[in-house]
Amino acid sequence: MGSGSSAHLHVEGTTALHRMPAHAKLVGLVAFVLLVVSVPAQHRLALLVLLLVAVGVLLSTRVPVRHLLPRLAVELPFAVFALLLPFVAIGPQVQVGPFTVSQTGLDAAVALLLKGTCGVVVAVAFAVTTRPRDLVRALQHLRVPDTLVTIAGFMVRYVDVVGDQMRRMRVARASRGFTARSVRAWPPLAASTGALFIRSYERGERVHLAMVSRGWSGRMPVTAPLVATPAQWALALAPAAVAAAVTVGVRLG
Amino acid sequence: MSVPVLDLRGVAYAYPGGHQALFGVDLHVHPGERVALLGPNGAGKTTLVLHLNGILTPGAGSVTVSGLPVTHANLLEVRRRVGIVFQDPDDQLFMPTVRDDVAFGPANLGLRGAELEARVVEALDLVGVGDLADRAPHHLSFGQRRRVAIATVLAMRPEILVLDEPSSNLDPASRRELAGILRSLDVTVLMVTHDLPYAVELCERSVVLSQGSVVADGATREVLGDATLMARHRLELPVGFSI
Repeated sequence: MGSGSSAHLHVEGTTALHRMPAHAKLVGLVAFVLLVVSVPAQHRLALLVLLLVAVGVLLSTRVPVRHLLPRLAVELPFAVFALLLPFVAIGPQVQVGPFTVSQTGLDAAVALLLKGTCGVVVAVAFAVTTRPRDLVRALQHLRVPDTLVTIAGFMVRYVDVVGDQMRRMRVARASRGFTARSVRAWPPLAASTGALFIRSYERGERVHLAMVSRGWSGRMPVTAPLVATPAQWALALAPAAVAAAVTVGVRLG
Repeated sequence: MSVPVLDLRGVAYAYPGGHQALFGVDLHVHPGERVALLGPNGAGKTTLVLHLNGILTPGAGSVTVSGLPVTHANLLEVRRRVGIVFQDPDDQLFMPTVRDDVAFGPANLGLRGAELEARVVEALDLVGVGDLADRAPHHLSFGQRRRVAIATVLAMRPEILVLDEPSSNLDPASRRELAGILRSLDVTVLMVTHDLPYAVELCERSVVLSQGSVVADGATREVLGDATLMARHRLELPVGFSI
């Protein structure tokens, strides 16, 4: 049965962030990230303060750290890129321990790490406190074009179904002695992928039939509108407000 | 006679590729009846079902639902009256939660708020899964998903429930429980099935569709008891089963 990624991202809880309507959370998240990105790269202290704010938000979810860490791993590729930057960038050189590295590259790397971590940390805080369904509702509430919302909703619903189908096909391949060891395994894998695509396409058509049969007219009905209180909005925008203050501060100061 | 819930007269249909699936089908289903639609694979059963709520439009002939002709202008009302439950619940249940899914149909009819919520609760209770409202469809057992699929259609308060292979993939206990639920519903039923014992159990009347034509229409026991007819149209009762 289903154990896809969507089941693991969200963690039940009762904290303020869990209870906050998803659209307010999403606006707060995007505003915070945009403001963090707009802080000039050389203001490392300011970025560090914002990172602390982000970590504070994440800790306020009371989700155990052992759940959080694997999710933060999404940043790893960026971290690797950031660590490479000082070695590949050009410009004035500085000595860091045994290495001679590029000053510009080093600055960029530190800024990238700080900003990237800020974004990942708040995004994880959002993900662990928001059900996939509520994310879709939030997008709908925020007037994201209907087609995109519908696609997002279907992805939430069917990622496990398609994942299961893929697993079944893999088991069926393996049961007939197939192992992917060399390039010669590629044609069967490509054929499986094609079959999966066609099956998903056909399922799409059947789902569409089922929707039309229940009076679908091209727009997802809003059945439970989201409502956020002024206090919840204030809380949702608080990290962004701190980021705004810091941005203004460093630009003036 | 009462106004038939379903009234098909001379319905013929050919797919755009040229394959003729239906050759002048006549079918009448009256309020309160439970009718089984039987036939071998490729007989045109699914094609016929898709005509009942106007997804396919007949090339010739007419479809009328409780006196209302299935035309483009009447589509929404026709789709409220004719509730189709498709074979694979994963096709039918496409919303992230059971509650959203059951609400989808009535919401398309314009219901909102407390009225909508009452509809959802009512429909889920009718099939005995009121406690599953906040679950994700993918996390339900197959039997539960089949029941929720039926609830999604019941929430529209249809006049006729059209079920495509309701017993397929169910374990014997779920199959029996579903029969109890179907019997308890106060709604006209047209049931497409290969499960002939299920037809005997639930439907007093059976219609046999073969190669796009109705070849038999009568009491289920009589139809299934006609050995020549059964053999000619590739219908077989399970080994050891006798009527």
